[in-house]
Amino acid sequence: MSSQAHASTPTTRRRRSTGRRLAPYFFVAPFFLLFAIFWVYPIAYSFVLSFINTRQRPWTFDWDFNWGRLIQDDFFWNALGNTMIILAVQVPLMLALATLLAVAFNSELLKLKGFYRFAFFAPLVLGAVPYSAVFRLVFNEQYGVLNYALESIGLGAVPWLYESTPALITIMIAMTWRWTGYNAVILLSGLQSIPLALYEAARIDGAGPFQQFFKITIPMLRPVLLFTFVLSTIGTLQLFTEPWLITTTGPGNATETLVTYLYKQGFRSFNFGYASAIAYTVALIAVIFSLLQIRLVGGREVER
Amino acid sequence: MRRDRLIRSIVLHALLTPLALLFLAPIVWMIVAATLPNNEILAAPPTLTPGNALPQNWADLNDDLNFIRAVTNSVAISAIFTSVGVLIAAMSGYAFAKFRFAGRALLFTVVIGALTIPFEVRAIPQYLLVARDLGLSNTWWAIILPWLAYPLGVFFMRQNMLSIQTELLEAARIDGASEGRIFVQIVLPIMRPALAAVALVMFLFQWNDYFWPLLILTDKDAYTIPVALGTLVGLTRVSWGGIMVGTAIATIPFLLLFLWLQRFFIAGITAGAVKD
Repeated sequence: MSSQAHASTPTTRRRRSTGRRLAPYFFVAPFFLLFAIFWVYPIAYSFVLSFINTRQRPWTFDWDFNWGRLIQDDFFWNALGNTMIILAVQVPLMLALATLLAVAFNSELLKLKGFYRFAFFAPLVLGAVPYSAVFRLVFNEQYGVLNYALESIGLGAVPWLYESTPALITIMIAMTWRWTGYNAVILLSGLQSIPLALYEAARIDGAGPFQQFFKITIPMLRPVLLFTFVLSTIGTLQLFTEPWLITTTGPGNATETLVTYLYKQGFRSFNFGYASAIAYTVALIAVIFSLLQIRLVGGREVER
Repeated sequence: MRRDRLIRSIVLHALLTPLALLFLAPIVWMIVAATLPNNEILAAPPTLTPGNALPQNWADLNDDLNFIRAVTNSVAISAIFTSVGVLIAAMSGYAFAKFRFAGRALLFTVVIGALTIPFEVRAIPQYLLVARDLGLSNTWWAIILPWLAYPLGVFFMRQNMLSIQTELLEAARIDGASEGRIFVQIVLPIMRPALAAVALVMFLFQWNDYFWPLLILTDKDAYTIPVALGTLVGLTRVSWGGIMVGTAIATIPFLLLFLWLQRFFIAGITAGAVKD
């Protein structure tokens, strides 16, 4: 068979190598065709829309119409503030919990791993709508199972959905329930790539478990931790379903987020220009946080 | 020393067990509530043991909305999205992993960059494009098309395909196989585990997606499960037992699948995080 290949004429060899040269473009074509239509075009058009007054017909260019309004819009600043509070409080607490869980799962002291794995990782297959429905029921002030449990251990009932701070806390608890396992899975894969020799050397030097955790685990885990931090940040910036269904962005606007506000502006008031400005604000913050991560880790793990 | 380990092990389990039960509680409550009559769900104290109202709740759910239709839509949309999307992702991933070509680095950077772009930036023009320009409102394709170019899938496939031996492909080329045939008959079969992992993640993503379907679906008959259930949550006179039956149906197949195929789920989730 190989003798046939060697005997092939220069023309067929050239044809073959042309096919081989074009093949990768053929393989990436479907993806990038769809990408151009459903990613590139919308992203560009959204940017344009943010400078268009869509409140009148025909739409007219007005560079300051939406962005000028955004700066002065108390509802926007409230939504941004709520999103940032959730970001600043929930994300670090969740990642701390996820790190501890990952360490526990990585420990040879842990038995019944199947049970624990199911308990902590099962939430990650639940959709936002199903779990939001369940949480709305669980956090009901009068009838909710949670308040029943709190009262039966002697603590008072909390008006979870009817007061500002408890409502924000409800959202944060729901998100923590849903995403801790997800982050723990990623962190666990990071832990497993830390060379065991480091721990052995530390043990020989007399380092205890706490010292090992802070002197080896955390520094070695830093790139993965930052990765989960950026993922969670982008996710939190896009927070929609939980406040939309669990607290209906209330009470008042206490759990309004950037994206619930975007939804109201874009698809309740059909103010596409203004909603685009909000969307670009979300993206801008996401980009800033992502760049920050690339800075901090040096971006070395993306390409190979 | 051994005693010390035993004590540490006990402490670890003593801390972890209550937390694990707390994490399981919402899922258990969902299943219990699906079997309770409404007046026992909304009662103080709530009933905590399963009842026998499951058939009634199922009937209530179907009174409130066309749930079977929503299940049909969700299954069809997720299945089409996954089969077409995985193929597209595999093709691109293969090109990025196994070919050198002009523009490769730039295009791959675009794929990585897309991973960090929030969907909301695309939402409004996408809505205008799909609903107004393409006239696809309330169709399956309206839901499928915008995510069919799925960057995480490309990234995941590329990472996995780096391990394909180039000699294998070269041998096939020497035997005169076309590039298309090499992909279909050699690359896809040996990538089966990776394809399964990415398919699982993409199916689950589409199954659970809410924001985009909520924007584009206005006709009740076109609703997916999340949109259909979402319309019930927040109504005042609604059967919570029915909602819990719906959430259980949307969830339990994947909980079982998760028990069975944890490896694939984990592989899909850690796709973006693991470097080599």
